[in-house]
Amino acid sequence: MKPTNIKNPEYFHKVVDCQYACPAHTPVPEYIRLIAARRYSDAYMINWYSNVFPGVLGRTCDRPCEPACRRVRVEEQPVAICRLKRVAADNKDDIRERLPTVPKKKNGKRIALIGAGPASLTVARDLAPLGYIIDVYDNQFAGGGMMRSQIPSFRLPIGVLDEEVNYILDMGINATFDIEVESLKEILDKDYDAVFVGTGAPRGKGLNLPGLEDARDHVFLGIDWLASVAFEHTDKIGKRVLVLGGGNTAMDCCRTSMRLGGEDVRVVVRSPFEDMKASPWEKEDAMAEGIPFFNNHVPKEFVTEGGQLKGMHFEKVEAHYDEDGKRSLIPTGEDLVFMEADDVLMAIGQENSFPWIERDLGIQFDKWDMPVVDKVTFQSTNPKVFFGGDSAFGPENIITAVAHGHQAAISIDLLCQGKLVGERPPPMTNLASQKMGVHEWSYDNAVAPDPRYAVPHAPLDQLLRDRKLEVELGFDAATGFKEAERCLNCDVQTVFEEVRCIECDACVDICPTDCITFTVNGPEEDLRTRLTAPAKVLSQDLYVSAELPTMRVMVKDENVCLHCGLCAERCPTGAWDMQKFLYNVSGTLS
Amino acid sequence: MSYQIPKFRHPDLPLNELGYTRAAYEGSISTLCAGCGHDSISGAIVRACHELSLEPHKIAKLSGIGCSSKTPTYFLGKSHGFNSVHGRMPSVVTGAAMANRDLLYLGVSGDGDTASIGMGQFAHVIRRNLNMVYIVMNNGCYGLTKGQDSATADEGSASKKGDANPFSAIDLCATALQMGATFIARSFSGDKEQLVPLIKAAMSHRGFALIDVISPCVTFNNTAASTKSYEFVREHAEATGTVDFVPMRQEITTSYRPGARHEVTMHDGSVLRLYEEEGSLNPFDRRSAMMALMDHQNDGNILTGLIYMNKNSRDLHDVLQTSQRPLNQLEEGELCPGNKMLVNINASLR
Repeated sequence: MKPTNIKNPEYFHKVVDCQYACPAHTPVPEYIRLIAARRYSDAYMINWYSNVFPGVLGRTCDRPCEPACRRVRVEEQPVAICRLKRVAADNKDDIRERLPTVPKKKNGKRIALIGAGPASLTVARDLAPLGYIIDVYDNQFAGGGMMRSQIPSFRLPIGVLDEEVNYILDMGINATFDIEVESLKEILDKDYDAVFVGTGAPRGKGLNLPGLEDARDHVFLGIDWLASVAFEHTDKIGKRVLVLGGGNTAMDCCRTSMRLGGEDVRVVVRSPFEDMKASPWEKEDAMAEGIPFFNNHVPKEFVTEGGQLKGMHFEKVEAHYDEDGKRSLIPTGEDLVFMEADDVLMAIGQENSFPWIERDLGIQFDKWDMPVVDKVTFQSTNPKVFFGGDSAFGPENIITAVAHGHQAAISIDLLCQGKLVGERPPPMTNLASQKMGVHEWSYDNAVAPDPRYAVPHAPLDQLLRDRKLEVELGFDAATGFKEAERCLNCDVQTVFEEVRCIECDACVDICPTDCITFTVNGPEEDLRTRLTAPAKVLSQDLYVSAELPTMRVMVKDENVCLHCGLCAERCPTGAWDMQKFLYNVSGTLS
Repeated sequence: MSYQIPKFRHPDLPLNELGYTRAAYEGSISTLCAGCGHDSISGAIVRACHELSLEPHKIAKLSGIGCSSKTPTYFLGKSHGFNSVHGRMPSVVTGAAMANRDLLYLGVSGDGDTASIGMGQFAHVIRRNLNMVYIVMNNGCYGLTKGQDSATADEGSASKKGDANPFSAIDLCATALQMGATFIARSFSGDKEQLVPLIKAAMSHRGFALIDVISPCVTFNNTAASTKSYEFVREHAEATGTVDFVPMRQEITTSYRPGARHEVTMHDGSVLRLYEEEGSLNPFDRRSAMMALMDHQNDGNILTGLIYMNKNSRDLHDVLQTSQRPLNQLEEGELCPGNKMLVNINASLR
């Protein structure tokens, strides 16, 4: 193998698994260390710059970082990264002084944002401090988009959402609420320098099953029903509720039903439990509230009597997987299952909908009627029109929408300066030694087995009486510290300098997880089999040095490196050093 | 400063026949200087014991005084241990081995503990061919007392202080040959590929097995003018040949290279295979071994690998015809058979 080029910012970035997995690439270990140091406001600001909604995301993020956490590869559970973010948000001081200032004198460029969800608000936040004039249009009465309409208050209190939405709207954003934009042409005719579309995936999918006509008054689309609860148009539901679907919306629907009078609330899903799309913790929380899941049940028809919904029929199936893992649901041949129901909530998916975009504006649509959007610049085929969030590539999550917003803001800024939107600014990186003394490091390098701490919940009987009472109480400061100490500091990199190495083997001998080998070089497939411990996880890179005096190379398998610093402590010549790698995605604000 | 090694281990570590990973043979974190050769030897001992599938509680590790003699804390944390008086480790092993012949005795010593204060004990334990492995962690200096030249420092070699050593060196392998040792090897802490099979072979040898391991002292004796530095040893080491060791229980597979010049079946049934360069020494001939040692010394080189081995070694228990059952397992009735037995013995002598 060729010597690893550690000057390539992506090499060490990939070693910080959580940050690499995060769509917005939030520097996770950096803010976790600040939480451990009880510097909550500093931890919050790192988050705020990177992901805009730390308090919201600390409660609702899909947390792609957690399955990636290195701790999973040596212990069972990842660091509770998401809930630590909330610790920073809950315990911070008033940070308004620390927010970027917005110039009174504007730069003369006018930007329209359609929709006031996480993607649009991110664009607004990134551009307003640069002097842009920002007009936001949204069909809800307040900002937040799906964070307001689809996420129930028991998971995300309105106060938390308002606070973080208002940090942005208070930047002199001209927001027009309760307005339905019915024509993009009308917006474009207002001569904006750029238009950003962040309208989400607002249309819930339904099932057109026999009996729907008669049952219609008691069958609702999940996201519409959740919005109507959030906006207080709906405050009760029947005693027997069937929720169709196995995603996070279904989990929110069933749990909300329990709080609005549902007594026999069931989740009925086509797929097996393991294949359900809902996040594992969402499923756990629903089950903890006593909601049963009926898996492998395919809805067949609404059963009505005299124009009244009585229940539904389901067909039992079994999942079969072919060699490629492709699933087919094969009926078991048993009798249809009947379940009684007063109301049915359909949460089987949502999709984009652009009836308000005229097709002669230079915006190309593909065969699925989705706009053609550049994956890097988020520009459509009309150079002035950008898309982001769920409206760009279909339903994802908040953190992805934020990441889109950042990139779209960079594009809009480049466009308005007359630069090429394709020329992206490189990430900002910094690599600095953490050595404080002979065997002293600036970070807490001791690593110990320590199971993940559970977030305490409010009592169930109170929760079911009050749909606005937040379920999770959050970590207290002491537990937050303990959980923060589980972080392995993967951003503190093991940096090897071959000219200093005397090949004494001290690092090989001390490494608790056998990451380091000195051996004759070879192709990667071959090297992976010849290391001190086999390097079977191909997604994890090998760090290879240049050739040493004995004609061997140092090979380090990054897979289960604990970043404990023992290699550097036992190195007599300082050939190993622990250096903190900061990687910040370039944005308009930094 | 780290006081503990993290408990996490690589999830795919190989298991030996007892179902243990290498972790079962590790000890506490080392307090020696960073980069000390001794730590590599500890690592080689851990690897050898794991690969031999030894039961940790069937091993006793004993040492004297010195940096080397601290190392038993850093390996085999689940084995028996005795940190004895300076240079007196052989006496303690002798007593222990006489009392309980069922344990594997691993003595760890240094050049001071062996070639200076313990020279007499060293000579006599060899003469008696006690069934033990004796590893010398040889760095040519007294590292624990600021690096004075030791008795194994080569004449003319200079440590960190800078003065050339005016005295001639004791060659521990040559001394052991003279004293009648039945297994003699020399190796280098920085070459585990050679050291691990040698330790395994020494552990399977019945009788006294010496491994003189050159182990650079990074703090005091890793200088450009030292003959026990990493660089000098790498440049001047000449191996007698390479060694493969096949433990008794392990099926001999084709993965072992063909072309071994010698194949020796050890007392415990394992097989030692020697791959030698043409024309080099005959490791089963004491005179040939001595000649090879001298020749390399004259050329300024260091002969490493298996230097001598007596295939028909008889250890102290064989010579003394001691009880097959360990002494410490004999009951009082067997040890003190009573007056009637004494009368019989006396009668037989009349």
